[in-house]
Amino acid sequence: MSLTTAATLRVVLYEGTDSPPLASTDRFSALTALLEKGFAVTRAVAGGRVAPHERGSLLVLGQFAGRTPEAEGVTAGTTVRFQDITGLDAARIAQRAEAVQTETGAARHGEWKPWFPVIDYDRCTNCMQCLSFCLFGVYGVDEQNKIQAQNHDNCKTNCPACSRVCPEAAIMFPKYKAGPINGDVVQDSDMGKEKMKIDISSLLGGDVYSQLRQRSDAAKARFSKERDDKKALQERQKCLTKLAQGGDIPMEVLMNLPAPEEILRRAEEAKAKAQAALAANRQ
Amino acid sequence: MPDAPRILYCHCQYAQVVPPEVKEAVLKKLSDSGVAFDAVADLCEMSARQDPSLKRLADGGPVKIAACFPRAVKWLFHTAKADLPFDTAEVLNMRVQSAEEVCAALFNGEVNANLPKGKVTATDAPKAPA
Repeated sequence: MSLTTAATLRVVLYEGTDSPPLASTDRFSALTALLEKGFAVTRAVAGGRVAPHERGSLLVLGQFAGRTPEAEGVTAGTTVRFQDITGLDAARIAQRAEAVQTETGAARHGEWKPWFPVIDYDRCTNCMQCLSFCLFGVYGVDEQNKIQAQNHDNCKTNCPACSRVCPEAAIMFPKYKAGPINGDVVQDSDMGKEKMKIDISSLLGGDVYSQLRQRSDAAKARFSKERDDKKALQERQKCLTKLAQGGDIPMEVLMNLPAPEEILRRAEEAKAKAQAALAANRQ
Repeated sequence: MPDAPRILYCHCQYAQVVPPEVKEAVLKKLSDSGVAFDAVADLCEMSARQDPSLKRLADGGPVKIAACFPRAVKWLFHTAKADLPFDTAEVLNMRVQSAEEVCAALFNGEVNANLPKGKVTATDAPKAPA
């Protein structure tokens, strides 16, 4: 099941009619525990309404003492559950929520770190460089051939490489440490400095794919002559270190890149997709 | 009384980029405030999931969001197919603002709309409230 179709569980902490407010410290502890388990929590107070959302289940927590509020607007396929939390501590409240999450088949949180490119369409010029560049199929185009991030969970955690090839600083990773990649305002100096957009190919002394091809050919020739695995490994490590330092790309991402032949195949595929989209946009 | 702005708080659970003491202080203040609010573990995750609750929030009138950079929040909502209203959305940035600044803005009853419009650079970006 994809990220966008998975059912979710929303938690409502209900302090209204028939459910007296929690003590201040208990409320804060419960909220914190639920958030740390990845839940979205709505705090509803007296006079508020409890309404389910469209895709998944709703768990209403309160000190009900046997009486539960009415749930309004329940849609088909939505489950609403009530849980009396009188006397429960924060850890047990979070456990109950997790149990309901399991029972209802709702998506579990924390199994995927939400790291993916967020495109600033005010800046994006639809140049398709990101689509050409990404080897992991994160990018695609919509029906109007507009670039979009489509497969968020294909993105390599902590890798901001595509944002560095974007000529307009239009790609953000909100969890990145520094601006403008983290969403901070783009400084004029960011645009002036070529350094912001690391030209990864230049780190390898030219076109990255051509370099990889040459390295592959050279490696094959060398291996056929002397099978110097150690030297080849040293060379690869040197190259990867250079990439990791220059582009702030995690070493584990680079170490897990596929073989050069597979990189070439994927690069050709991505390039073809980008060219097709650009051609369609020119028509 | 006109509609009070709704409040969304992001706990940024899956990264360590928001100072924990700021998150904790803002959440505590919200928890003690007596107002209704939505708290999400991680806005990025909800955006990736295109969670329908973001659409409901974006379509529901004035809103104040305690999260991170306004530019990031604007496009996270867009990614979720839930564009925020330009004139009635205010984003408080817990990465750079203090808990006191964020809380003062959350509870002042006014919306100082600050989503970036167009290709903003440092010279014309809205300033964070003092």
